[in-house]
Amino acid sequence: MSQHNDTDHISGRSTTGHEWDGIKELNTPLPRWWVLTFYATIIWAFGYWLVYPAWPLVSGYTVGVLHTTNRAAVTANLAEFEALRGEKMKALGTASLADIENDPALLALARARGKTVFGDNCAPCHGSGAAGAKGYPNLNDDDWLWGGTLDQILQTIQFGARSGNAKAHEGQMLAFGKDGVLKSDEIVTVANYVRSLSGLSTRKGYDAAKGEKIFADNCVACHGEGGKGNQELGAANLTDKIWLYGSDEATLIEAISNGRAGVMPAWEGRLDPVTIKALAVYVHALGGGK
Amino acid sequence: MTKNVTSKELMGGDDDPPLYAPQKKIYPQRVSGTFRRIKWGLMALCLGVYYLLPLVRWNRGLGAPDQAVLIDFQSQRFYFFFIELWPQEFYYFTGLLILAAFTLFLMNALGGRIWCGYLCPQTVWTDLFYAVEHWSEGDRRARIKANAGPLTANRLARRALKQAIWLIIAWWTGGAWVLYFSDAPTLVKDLATFQAPAIAYIWIGILTASTYLLAGHAREQVCLYMCPWPRIQAALTDEWALNVTYKYDRGEPRCSVKKGRAQRALGETAGDCVDCNQCVAVCPTGIDIRNGAQLGCIQCGLCIDACDNVMKRIGRPTRLIGYDNDINVQRRTSGKTELFKPVRSRTVVYAALIATVCAVMLHALLTRSLLDLNVLHDRNPVAVKLSAGAIRNGYTLRFLNKRGFDRVIAVDVDGPANAQIHIVGVDSVTPDRPMIVLARDATTELRVLVTAPVDEKEEKTQPVKFRITDIGLGEVASATDHFVTP
Ligand code: SF4
Ligand code: SF4
Repeated sequence: MSQHNDTDHISGRSTTGHEWDGIKELNTPLPRWWVLTFYATIIWAFGYWLVYPAWPLVSGYTVGVLHTTNRAAVTANLAEFEALRGEKMKALGTASLADIENDPALLALARARGKTVFGDNCAPCHGSGAAGAKGYPNLNDDDWLWGGTLDQILQTIQFGARSGNAKAHEGQMLAFGKDGVLKSDEIVTVANYVRSLSGLSTRKGYDAAKGEKIFADNCVACHGEGGKGNQELGAANLTDKIWLYGSDEATLIEAISNGRAGVMPAWEGRLDPVTIKALAVYVHALGGGK
Repeated sequence: MTKNVTSKELMGGDDDPPLYAPQKKIYPQRVSGTFRRIKWGLMALCLGVYYLLPLVRWNRGLGAPDQAVLIDFQSQRFYFFFIELWPQEFYYFTGLLILAAFTLFLMNALGGRIWCGYLCPQTVWTDLFYAVEHWSEGDRRARIKANAGPLTANRLARRALKQAIWLIIAWWTGGAWVLYFSDAPTLVKDLATFQAPAIAYIWIGILTASTYLLAGHAREQVCLYMCPWPRIQAALTDEWALNVTYKYDRGEPRCSVKKGRAQRALGETAGDCVDCNQCVAVCPTGIDIRNGAQLGCIQCGLCIDACDNVMKRIGRPTRLIGYDNDINVQRRTSGKTELFKPVRSRTVVYAALIATVCAVMLHALLTRSLLDLNVLHDRNPVAVKLSAGAIRNGYTLRFLNKRGFDRVIAVDVDGPANAQIHIVGVDSVTPDRPMIVLARDATTELRVLVTAPVDEKEEKTQPVKFRITDIGLGEVASATDHFVTP
């Protein structure tokens, strides 16, 4: 600032000595506390640099004397959250499956937990909403190969089907064509017969009596009298409207010729028992559970 | 506290002007009169409401908080006497803010910054702190003299007393604040026995500090430098608004009582102002109102009282300073009568807006539903085919029971022909019309399945309406969505 001693003669105040087009700027200094506060914030900034991570370096950043990082904070929060969740999950562990379904609070907890676990582990096959796909059952409907009660669902999740686990569901659709048990014309006939079981149209001129005979000789053992299926063996109900692989003639011929043996992995060992329980409740509550 | 420092001292003695100005110590003088009385009254009212409101009880029935005004963060409720608001009804606060803004505008159009002078918390608490200062350290002259003199034991004791009382008031202010957020009697007990949550002590600390600093030390600095309202109101005001005004048409030229009398006897003009500086001495922001309307004036009216007292003593008409405007100064100078126009297009518009917002809010409040239903359709899968061929759709229904008691409600569905409803986790004795119990003052979320034997030829999407009926009260709420066929 230049040396000056200029006073505005109307207001009697000193000016800064700056002049634009004949207008002089009055000297209106800031209040002292304001300036001091400003200085305090500058000092605060230096303190902040010291205490917290502040300056980017070539391969990293200054750490600060507190060693505070967002990552550490997140880790701590997660640990806290896990501890909190552990408490609540304990209740799920001790209650029976039926009790969980009858207690609104436990049901809500199990469904919430089950939904996230389902998304992480089951969605790749069954879809994020459990709607399934060709070869992967829709878990929202009421058709269950291995049974749809809470206990049956739990068991399927625990041990899987054809998973290699000793307690897994076994039994499969045989390859009647590949193994030479049925000739191709017999396969076509029985395929049409199976379609007729659920009221689907059949090929013109197919021999229903022959179809029934082939079915009785080869299929009844698993699919039962009239094709109602058998959950012990995972044999599908052939009379309903739900078809895991499709209901058209070609798909049925393929199934009868080459067999079917879809695999459901066993989750015991990969997920903890409480989580599997929550998963079973979630799947059962999707709406199709028996 | 702040010594008057010359610019030289501040800048280490060179000749540059000061970079900053120290706060000028203001010693407002005690005054009595109409406006002082109004200010005492309003102060008692405002502080009374602030300090005592959390203690007022209000019976809401068993289990519900019985505090008349309560902001319950934990369960996300706001209670105000008979009103209970949920978080999603936060728009009422928007309405209140709009209302507050318009009220401020209306006040401004009528009487300038009367908010600043009478009702602003900064003014109210500063005024209270000044009263404490008067009481412990004496009036203006005594304080000026004491501050100029040496620091005697007596003076130190008076100062300590003042600071102690200030701190107690500040602490009490912070204490009353936290009572709005928790059951007051319980919290008071917990605070006293050090059982209260840490956050309560932290907030009391913050508000004690801010009250003490703002009302005790920052004082007029808040009005002059921190508060944006003086700047805003200057743009909102008009020439009809009443402001504390020195009526220079009556006051100039200023002369002593004797000289004034002599001049008038000779038929010459003489002002009523005797230049006694009483108006300046009482001013809490330390300004001279005789220099005209200015930013520093908070329109507290104390200079009016001071000057009125002077005018009465010298036998001249009062209100040399008064609520007036430039229009009237001009009218008087040109011999016309004074004119006050509180009803102007501006005030009418503000009043109408206030009335409208009030009416809208009242209507919303009176017709708000205490039973509510939201519905969300399942996205994945949107529809499920069952083994018998029927179609089922899943929905998430959210029930809101805003009443203070549990209620039994029945759920009906109007949708595709022969639609059946099932609520997951609910086994109802009336399967086609499930009944559920809604917990009081809570939201309940349930998964609902609707199954219907849909014909292939029927529409792919049909409307579905969920209707809930309070079995006891007959209250009904509904929500609509769609029933989708794959
Ligand atoms: S000038 Fe008068 S009205 Fe304005 S702040 Fe000072 S005392 Fe109050
Ligand atoms: S109090 Fe009244 S008479 Fe005294 S200086 Fe102020 S305006 Fe003039």
